[in-house]
Amino acid sequence: MSSGIEAQVLQPYKYGFVTDIESETVPPGLSEDVIRLISQKKGEPPWMLEWRLRAYRNWLKMPEPHWANVQYEPIDYQAISYYAAPKQRPKLDSLEQVDPKLLETFEKLGIPIEERKRLAGVAVDAVFDSVSVATTFREELKKHGVIFCAISEAIREYPELVQQYLGSVVPYNDNFFAALNSAVFTDGSFVYVPKGVRCPMELSTYFRINAESTGQFERTLIVADEGSYVSYLEGCSAPVRDENQLHAAVVELVALDRATIKYSTIQNWYPGDEEGRGGIYNFVTKRGACRGRGSKISWTQVETGSAITWKYPGCILQGDDSIGEFYSVAVTNHRQQADTGTKMIHMGKNTRSTIVSKGISAGRGQNTYRGLVKILKGAQQARNYSQCDSMLIGDRCGAHTFPYIDVRNSTATMEHEASTSKIGEDQIFYAKQRGLSAEDAVSMIVNGFCKEVFKELPMEFAVEAQRLLGISLEGSVG
Amino acid sequence: MSQHPLLQVKNLHASVEGREILTGVDLTVNTGEVHAIMGPNGSGKSTLAQVLAGHPAYAVTAGQVLYEGNDLLAMAPEVRAREGVFLAFQYPVAIRGITNAYFLRSAVNAIRKHRGAEELGPVEFMDALEEKLKVIGWDSSYLTRPVNEGFSGGEKKRNEILQLAVLDPKLAILDETDSGLDIDALKTVAKTVDKLRRPDNATVLVTHYYRILTHIEPDVVHVLAGGKIVKSGGKELALELEEKGYDWLREEAVVT
Repeated sequence: MSSGIEAQVLQPYKYGFVTDIESETVPPGLSEDVIRLISQKKGEPPWMLEWRLRAYRNWLKMPEPHWANVQYEPIDYQAISYYAAPKQRPKLDSLEQVDPKLLETFEKLGIPIEERKRLAGVAVDAVFDSVSVATTFREELKKHGVIFCAISEAIREYPELVQQYLGSVVPYNDNFFAALNSAVFTDGSFVYVPKGVRCPMELSTYFRINAESTGQFERTLIVADEGSYVSYLEGCSAPVRDENQLHAAVVELVALDRATIKYSTIQNWYPGDEEGRGGIYNFVTKRGACRGRGSKISWTQVETGSAITWKYPGCILQGDDSIGEFYSVAVTNHRQQADTGTKMIHMGKNTRSTIVSKGISAGRGQNTYRGLVKILKGAQQARNYSQCDSMLIGDRCGAHTFPYIDVRNSTATMEHEASTSKIGEDQIFYAKQRGLSAEDAVSMIVNGFCKEVFKELPMEFAVEAQRLLGISLEGSVG
Repeated sequence: MSQHPLLQVKNLHASVEGREILTGVDLTVNTGEVHAIMGPNGSGKSTLAQVLAGHPAYAVTAGQVLYEGNDLLAMAPEVRAREGVFLAFQYPVAIRGITNAYFLRSAVNAIRKHRGAEELGPVEFMDALEEKLKVIGWDSSYLTRPVNEGFSGGEKKRNEILQLAVLDPKLAILDETDSGLDIDALKTVAKTVDKLRRPDNATVLVTHYYRILTHIEPDVVHVLAGGKIVKSGGKELALELEEKGYDWLREEAVVT
């Protein structure tokens, strides 16, 4: 029975094609010269290069961390190419100048980067290997004062904003992978939403790794000024390759007084094959700072891809009455491993955080929830609610939960709920007895399990998320 | 409409985990009939129901089951369902996060698709559902609740009957739907089942108790003991069982 269910969940990877495009790749290896070269290619100001070099020198002294519940062969950092860009790329003024092959690639992935697809109502920044190739709806956003562009461009065009906030949430020496990213990051998105502005559309970045033997190190910085609102979506995929590729991104969010940032991720990097060959190492640092009174940051992630996922999108709740949320679905099958969760650091008074984590393990997948809730001394009346649910499909997979709680203020209220369930033969049989196929039964049960997370996703993404789980279930989520 | 055999069970043997539970069941159910299958605990009543529905935990070791003249045992459980075999579960399972309405519509559409009919959209479906809800005495709030989650025992049983009413099968097998119901709920459930009686369908009631049969009059009553049907008769047999229990049958079975 379980093999039938597993077959439904273990769908083949559909985004594994390679785009045949000439690219300019820096030879493998990492040194100060490579960093200088990246900085030069990006036309960066001296302060940026200095920052990168500081990060690099720190990184050299840092040991690679190994506390996560994941196993992998040692990474040879000198074997990775730190820069790959599609060739023939003059300064892009319009989409017409983008290589049609690139447009085709994103088309194939279902990413609407043509502005005429207005119905989609989503502004997209598309990052192909190390560079941003197209950012849509920029003019319209500009009317509202919203800046949405590639971070490399922001460094040139809005240096004060970038300098003020870059590294302010995730410092260049925060951790091993964040330091590496700070040294070599090549592109990513930058968003600034001015005071009191509600961003008129969803912003989205789509990341695509294409070139061989490269790492992807993108950096995203989102700043929501007082009273503003922005919803940002991120999607990722990569070709099927036998080797492991490293993806070490950093995302920093800053929400000022009463500002809200909603950050959604659908991570579908290549997960490796059934035997665990190939796949992306997704080692990411994501953190948001609620800097003002009543700031709110909400993370929603659907992690279905990558050979190894290792990330803890967190919130630093500095401002009084600020709110942090984390909604997560992590799926591991075949030999995928995930060690993911969140960190909620309560500093301000009346700060609230909500954690809802759904782990689904199938095949020989290993799924770990690791979360930290920390209530600092000054955080009067802080509240946290955590819910960690695990679902097992088959009998060769594993689910693990490591909740860390550190409370230093006795007025705090903490709630933690956890459950582990197995997709039951009885549930499947019940649905079959009503005429549903095994596939529909499994997708229904899995979707029902994930519903609390899916309902946090913007519409377009909720649909995508369901599809990704190998499911057609219109209407039941929302 | 003339009666014809809907279900023919011939010398059915079935086991679970190597233990034989059914030891040669013979049973014929014609269209338009209601059969009651009674018997002591552990006699194999629920096993028979589960085997007819195709539960994978049970292995059929001998015998034959014909449904509308076709080999029922050769059909996958979902195909049996789409062909019109419905089992009201003794212990209905919960499905978290999926609303009753969504589950029911998926089931209706799976069956419609199988029959080459158009699938129903949410609005059409809701209209059809409202009616059935009234029959069972429920308001629409039950439709937005997750399938059987947080339902009381009685609510779960009623939900099975709602599904029965909506899916409108040819052969309904009710596995102890009456147990755990209070008198009013029992009446509602029994009335609903009785209303669904038609010359072209049939019902098999698996039950411990006589009381449901006071609301649904059975055409045939069978006693299942030791994995086979040991006695069949009219509704008066049920009454006799109510008075005398099952022990006298065991003795009789030993004698013969």
